Amino acid sequence: MSVELRGVRIERDDFTLEVDVEMAAACTAVLGPSGSGKTTLLECVAGLLRPRAGRVVVDGDVMSDAATRAFTPPHRRRLGLVPQDGALFPHLSVERNLLYGSHGEAIDLAHVAALLDIRGLLPRRVPSLSGGEKRRVALGRALLAGPRLLLLDEPLTGLDRALKARAIDLLRRVRAEFALPMLLVTHDEREAEALADASVHLDAGRVVQAIGGNDAAGRR
Amino acid sequence: MSGVVDSRVEPLLPLVWFTALTAGVATILVAPLAIGLAWMLVRRPFPGKAIVETLVLMPLVVPPVATGLVLLKLLGRRGPLGAWTHEALGLDVAFTGRAVVIAMGVMAFPIFVLTARAAFEAVDPRLEQVAATLGASPWRRFLTISLPLAWPGLLAAALLAFARALGEFGATMLVAGGIPGRTLTLSTAIWQRVQLGDDEGAARLMAISFVLALFATAGAGLFARRPRRAR
Repeated sequence: MSVELRGVRIERDDFTLEVDVEMAAACTAVLGPSGSGKTTLLECVAGLLRPRAGRVVVDGDVMSDAATRAFTPPHRRRLGLVPQDGALFPHLSVERNLLYGSHGEAIDLAHVAALLDIRGLLPRRVPSLSGGEKRRVALGRALLAGPRLLLLDEPLTGLDRALKARAIDLLRRVRAEFALPMLLVTHDEREAEALADASVHLDAGRVVQAIGGNDAAGRR
Repeated sequence: MSGVVDSRVEPLLPLVWFTALTAGVATILVAPLAIGLAWMLVRRPFPGKAIVETLVLMPLVVPPVATGLVLLKLLGRRGPLGAWTHEALGLDVAFTGRAVVIAMGVMAFPIFVLTARAAFEAVDPRLEQVAATLGASPWRRFLTISLPLAWPGLLAAALLAFARALGEFGATMLVAGGIPGRTLTLSTAIWQRVQLGDDEGAARLMAISFVLALFATAGAGLFARRPRRAR
């Protein structure tokens, strides 16, 4: 699995992301201070933002190419996005949130619920969940949709030390169990070290460093 | 004199029923278009969006009588639309119940769109984006995320539009007239009774209009405040 962003430029209000990088590791951390373009990069891969220039290729499939105007919409990409606060559907129960993207295939609800320790939450309403619970449900919801790549936006931010250790352990287990490649956005190098095999460092919308299996040929 | 008044006085119940029915039909008919357009205005950038926004607001700012005149020119038997419906479908529109429904629909449309738009704006766009990454098509996202989350606001929009339609006067008067037993509504009936010097009758109709409008707007307020419950 590799994610290639070739000559990608995204303009957003007064911010421009310009990257040329290939991320081929099993888990790549996208690092950088806030406002450096990490989430923009993730949303570009997910297909929520359309680049003005360049190509996005996931696993050999061209997701978008500004030159040919090719663009695969997000619902056809099979990329599981887990936003920072979970973005759970507030009008659906936890169980219906989990099953939203599920096609009743290989991965089953009971298994994921057990793995993420959210079995007891299934009948609960979303507003009654804690922050940590919401994130686990969001992760489960993404897993059950059967993605080929998991996009995690700051999955550990705001958790206390004990919860963070537990979340790291959980993400490792998910990775081992589902053999799912991950892009992990974080601003914390220790988190990146704990989870990722490679990293891409962003600053002010540019790749400033790429370590371990990531090629940032055209970095500026 | 009282004989003259009586001969042109509508029985009360059919008048209220006709007004509520035409207002209800008008609201239901414009609902899909108003909801669809409101959603497009909030979520989809499209060419000419600013022009569409201005056009939607027109019936709200143009004098209703002027809107009625435009409708009359369009729907009259010699108007482009009226001539077509007369020849192709054998239907006359102007000065019929259909004209009442159309006038009410046109006049209620802006308030429906504006209120529905506010309802969609209150839905976090990221929820739809996440639904997309979970494989949901635009149509499924609309039906399972946007619509249920905006639902109370959309009901409020429908009730406000209904209330606006109930009170419609200017456009209805021009395109449908106030023909007793055919196109007379509460509003046009009030005007006619005042014209005839039947202040008591006008006051009675006014009271009924107040009560109907009060129920519709109170209902709208109730729905607009109601939080979403999980299923």
